[in-house]
Amino acid sequence: MKKVTVSGKTVEEAVKQGLEKLEAQETEVHIRVLEEPQKGFFGLLGARPALVELERKPDPVREGLLFLRDVIDQMGIHASVEQEDRDGTICFHIHSAEAGVLIGKRGQTLDSLQYLVNLAANRQSEEYLRITLDAEGYRSRRKEALEVLAERLAEKAVRLKKEVRLEPMSAHERKMIHHTLQKNPRVTTYSDGKEPNRRIVVVPKQSAN
Amino acid sequence: MALEQLVETIAKALVDHPDDVRVTSEENDHSLRIRLEVHADDMGKVIGRQGRIAKAVRSVVYAAGTTRGKRVQLDIG
Repeated sequence: MKKVTVSGKTVEEAVKQGLEKLEAQETEVHIRVLEEPQKGFFGLLGARPALVELERKPDPVREGLLFLRDVIDQMGIHASVEQEDRDGTICFHIHSAEAGVLIGKRGQTLDSLQYLVNLAANRQSEEYLRITLDAEGYRSRRKEALEVLAERLAEKAVRLKKEVRLEPMSAHERKMIHHTLQKNPRVTTYSDGKEPNRRIVVVPKQSAN
Repeated sequence: MALEQLVETIAKALVDHPDDVRVTSEENDHSLRIRLEVHADDMGKVIGRQGRIAKAVRSVVYAAGTTRGKRVQLDIG
């Protein structure tokens, strides 16, 4: 339920009832007073109740979470979703024995799902809230794996004195590799090719040897 | 639970006219072909720039399909 119209003896009373109906806090809704209450003669004749309209403000986190829950359920997967705060960004962490299905090959399904959750969450809100999706700690595992891979390929590039090309990766994963190798004084990196086949090239620095 | 329901849920969360979302399907022994139709004004909302949204929807629906051991195809439009 998104919107209710409620009448009451006073505006406050009507609002209180409306909040109960929406199961919401006062900060979560927009309140519009449609009619102020009017006292009739002797409190009876011509008396009119207050009429207010309460509308739930779009809440991207709530929308996103409800959407994710629906999708997971309808995929036929048993899972629990935990909401985490990771350095100021919101993360929905999925826990499931079947997490592999949700992650997909190199996280492709998880990235797709994350993209859809962000679209669904922000559809009605004015500002854009970014939500990250994780499943059974996949994001941090993948990050570690990419860092190890980056260093190994940097070493290879230096040893062979040749450029080393990685396989295609998403912008986010490329960024992690660029970032890791920025700290390595013996190599530089750049990206080459068009999405979705854009890949990183690791170049040994001439002066290093 | 049917994959058609999944397609409908995703589509309805993306469009401005959820009441105009139509999902139909044809099924045989080996494959399931799902067709998604939306309001003309909402086509961009389910396809996205360079088909990015459509690609994400397919990726999720196909992932759900693998657990069912059927080949799934999703047509949009």
